[in-house]
Amino acid sequence: MTLEIAVAAALFVGVLAYALFGGADFGSGFFDLTAGGATRGAELRSQVDHSIGPVWEANHVWLIFCLVTWWTGFPASFAATTTTLFVPLVLALAGIVLRGAAFAFRKYAPSIGQARLYGAIFAGSSLITPFFLGTVAGAIASGRVPADGYGDRWTSWLHPTSVFGGVIAVGTCAFLAGVFLCADAERAGHPPLVDTLRRRTLGVGVVTGLVVFAALVPIRDDAPTLAHGLERQAAPLIIASGLTGLLTLILLWRRRFRVARLSALAAVATVISGWGVGQYPWLLVDQVRINDAGGAHATLVGLLVAVGCAAVVVLPPLAALLWFAQSEDSTHPAPRSAP
Amino acid sequence: MSFPLVAEPAGLLPAREQMGFSLGWHIILAAFGVAFPAMIFVVHRRGLRGDEVALRLARRWSKVAAVLFAIGAVSGTVLSFEMGLLWPGLMGRFGDVLGLPFAFEGLSFFLEAIFLGIYLYGWDRLPPRLHLWCLAPMIFSGVFGAYCVVAVNAWMNMPTGFRLTPAGDVVDVNPWRAMFNGRAFLQFAHMWLAAYMLVGFVVAAVYAAGRLRGRNDAHHRLGLAVPLRFASVAAILQPIVGHILGIALGDIQPSKLAAFELDVHTEQPAPLRLGGLLIHGHPEGFIAIPKWGSFIARGSFSKPVRGLDTFPPEDLPPVNITHAAFQSMVGIGTVLAVAVVVYWLARWRGHDLADQRWALRCLVVAGPLAVLALESGWVATEVGRQPWTVFGILRTVDAAGDNPGLWWVFSGVLIVYLGMTVGAWVVLRSMTRRWRAGEEELPSPYGPAPEEVSR
Repeated sequence: MTLEIAVAAALFVGVLAYALFGGADFGSGFFDLTAGGATRGAELRSQVDHSIGPVWEANHVWLIFCLVTWWTGFPASFAATTTTLFVPLVLALAGIVLRGAAFAFRKYAPSIGQARLYGAIFAGSSLITPFFLGTVAGAIASGRVPADGYGDRWTSWLHPTSVFGGVIAVGTCAFLAGVFLCADAERAGHPPLVDTLRRRTLGVGVVTGLVVFAALVPIRDDAPTLAHGLERQAAPLIIASGLTGLLTLILLWRRRFRVARLSALAAVATVISGWGVGQYPWLLVDQVRINDAGGAHATLVGLLVAVGCAAVVVLPPLAALLWFAQSEDSTHPAPRSAP
Repeated sequence: MSFPLVAEPAGLLPAREQMGFSLGWHIILAAFGVAFPAMIFVVHRRGLRGDEVALRLARRWSKVAAVLFAIGAVSGTVLSFEMGLLWPGLMGRFGDVLGLPFAFEGLSFFLEAIFLGIYLYGWDRLPPRLHLWCLAPMIFSGVFGAYCVVAVNAWMNMPTGFRLTPAGDVVDVNPWRAMFNGRAFLQFAHMWLAAYMLVGFVVAAVYAAGRLRGRNDAHHRLGLAVPLRFASVAAILQPIVGHILGIALGDIQPSKLAAFELDVHTEQPAPLRLGGLLIHGHPEGFIAIPKWGSFIARGSFSKPVRGLDTFPPEDLPPVNITHAAFQSMVGIGTVLAVAVVVYWLARWRGHDLADQRWALRCLVVAGPLAVLALESGWVATEVGRQPWTVFGILRTVDAAGDNPGLWWVFSGVLIVYLGMTVGAWVVLRSMTRRWRAGEEELPSPYGPAPEEVSR
């Protein structure tokens, strides 16, 4: 394994972590958005607040990790991507800013009117960010980011692969979030809420699964290199994703929410890995191979040192925080009400 | 070689404005991330020794820290996007030279976010001593993260750790030398003290304002005293560190120094010019103090200071902005340092000036002044480095991208940041109002729902 491949693998682990943890986080915005009016949706929204409270900002760090590793490890391809995909990146960023700020402010909102305003911004922008990040992935995977950058600012991401990428990103985020919210609501002892969430999550799961497999058709023409990889080296992952997705739906149907969380994570992890493995060995498909894109070797070694430090220093306290936040929520927060 | 005006890419001016604006906004929150945990630690420890007022202060401050940290995380994410979106010419060529400190900064930020979460969840749940010590990793990672970010800036001022071939290719990259470059430590020390000054004076100003409105209780006294002590130590040390940092400037960035000092011609010894502007190439409206310019710039009353006219015009920074910003920073820093020395001398003689209304008013003003000083310092060093992004190596023109539409993005950024500022203000105001009304358990971004705390 070359240094470049090792750093690319570390980068992809970051992408995966962001897709899973950040995804579950973003997806809760979908349920927040569709929860209904201030009174009807109060219970669900409190559950959302409660579930993502302790981790919601830590998840941004995965994204920062990806960006930093990318520009340090593969600087030229990073600049090529930012100059080409300027528009979707700016829109994704706008979503992140609005969402983060609105979520923080909603927690303190002194009146129901303010809570509603912040809540709408939070929920809406939760959908924007995964969509546009999905289009970015689609643009890279379909070979529309030229090695020297400054590709077409619009057609580079307005094409079937990118649009499907965006929709799939929104769908997988919502699906993940739904499964986690079901489990949280069940543990908190709220049967009607569980029913609502379960119904919606099943719907989201079926639609997303269909979209994932429907996307394989247009991708053949639109992104031949990716399609080729998906049908060969990544095929086991795509099949595994289909099976675990199906398993998750069955588990949801049978109300085995705790176990469903694991299979949902597996389904999303395999679909994302399918993309990564499918476009291997390209960093920017049809343009730059991973092995040719690396920065200075001394820097790649330094990056791996940083990643190693992160694994040792950051992961144990992160696990402690997650365990801590999960283990003590035997009580359920009261629904939001006007003061 | 083309003329700068012709070659100027569409992205240059809006990119500059946007980077300056979003960095200037973020830096205030970053200062809180660096300095606030230490102040919370002090009041929390006092609280554990039986002081109920101090314990309540620690609880409240931890929630304020959470709000500021949450929006700081967002504006920090913006900056990491902007590195690529606004400065592709810098990141594409030098990403592997300057990237490593950012990786470590990301790591320490992650650590700080995690421990803030644990700390907020830990109230009434963790054993008290262990809970208190959850602040230690936050203090450490705040310091280390600040070092990493400042190291990148110091590298831009004094680039090392690579070699340029005649063709302009970057070779022989050593990212560790870039990360631990010669200027990084001093520049970090300067920024670290500035963070303590900013947070110390701002928090003290909040409680000074409360006392002016007649809230003269133990809560407000302690809320004023603790941050003021931090700010005092930092304000007294800052001129010394700043001076040591400045002495080497004549060798490293003589053009920045000439702009700082408003020196048109090389003079030996150079006078110190207070105020003044460069009008049609002549400095006007200043007060000159003989020889002190040389002392401040070079650490000697006799050494020369190189004049602006010894540089090619295309290598000069915008002189007036640089000079005015530098002098605001030094002026405010000096005033704050003198003020705290006066305060502590009076304390030593047995007078607590914090009981005087005029002194409280001064403290209220000191908060915004400390912010202004820090912002001026950043303007001075950043604008003073122009026209270079990487001094002597990469011009800002070449670092910027060529994306049209950046003005639209910048307008959007202005609107969103205005919204965030208003939102943060409203939220913080409403928190204090609710605390005053006796509602102690407020929610916080990373923390548990209040119902759980009070169970």
